[in-house]
Amino acid sequence: MRSNDVIIQTATKAVTFIILLFAIYIFFAGHYTPGGGFVGGLLTAGAIVLLMLAYDIETVNRILPVDYVKMVGVGLLLAIGTAAASIVFNVPFFTHAHDYVQLPLLGETSLHSATLFDLGVYLVVVGVTMIIIRTIGEDA
Amino acid sequence: MTETAIVNGLTIIFISLGVIFSLVTALGLIRLPDVYTRSHASSKSATLGVLGILAGTFIYFWLAEGHMNSRLILAIIFLFVTSPLSGHLIGRSAYISGVQPTDLTEHDALKQVIAEKKRKQ
Repeated sequence: MRSNDVIIQTATKAVTFIILLFAIYIFFAGHYTPGGGFVGGLLTAGAIVLLMLAYDIETVNRILPVDYVKMVGVGLLLAIGTAAASIVFNVPFFTHAHDYVQLPLLGETSLHSATLFDLGVYLVVVGVTMIIIRTIGEDA
Repeated sequence: MTETAIVNGLTIIFISLGVIFSLVTALGLIRLPDVYTRSHASSKSATLGVLGILAGTFIYFWLAEGHMNSRLILAIIFLFVTSPLSGHLIGRSAYISGVQPTDLTEHDALKQVIAEKKRKQ
């Protein structure tokens, strides 16, 4: 029986942005407060799954045309690249660097190369979660 | 001294209201006869209960500790949107999958609409 989904679809439009905003916040807050790449990635995947629940899988594929297998690859490359970059500077593997940089809008900001590693973790977590859920959910 | 009294009083009022509404929710889930009245009890008063507890926490950390936690405001907005929504979805899926309302029901306007829709298919 085809049902009328206007309430969940309208609420999803608002709620997805709150979840995505919170995921980005959790990702960037990971250095000083609880959070990080893993939780941020899971929250992002949760937002996409909410979209899939409210709409259907083809609509979500159309508005987010992402190849999640490639996303996992990019995340792993980013992680290994961040770890391997330390070899160029003649320090042990996985040594991170940080510095205080004057940015045009944000003022003095401490930038740490662990954020790039965290971005790799984030991409891998989003990719793997979405691959699992889409593989199970699609009609084979 | 009076300031801390006001802050503590506000915190106690909000959190107690939240706890009382959560207790009312639990009582409603035990006492009410069918899934629709239970959904009515849980989605409304549980929302207000959790919102009261979150508001009390926010007020305490803001006024007593001087720490403005915007995540609590975000959680209040989020729960205020999503909790009644989940109550609606549970009630509707229960009705469509054929859960009968209690025998005390006097009038069921949705029955004809659902029957007509099912006949059309």
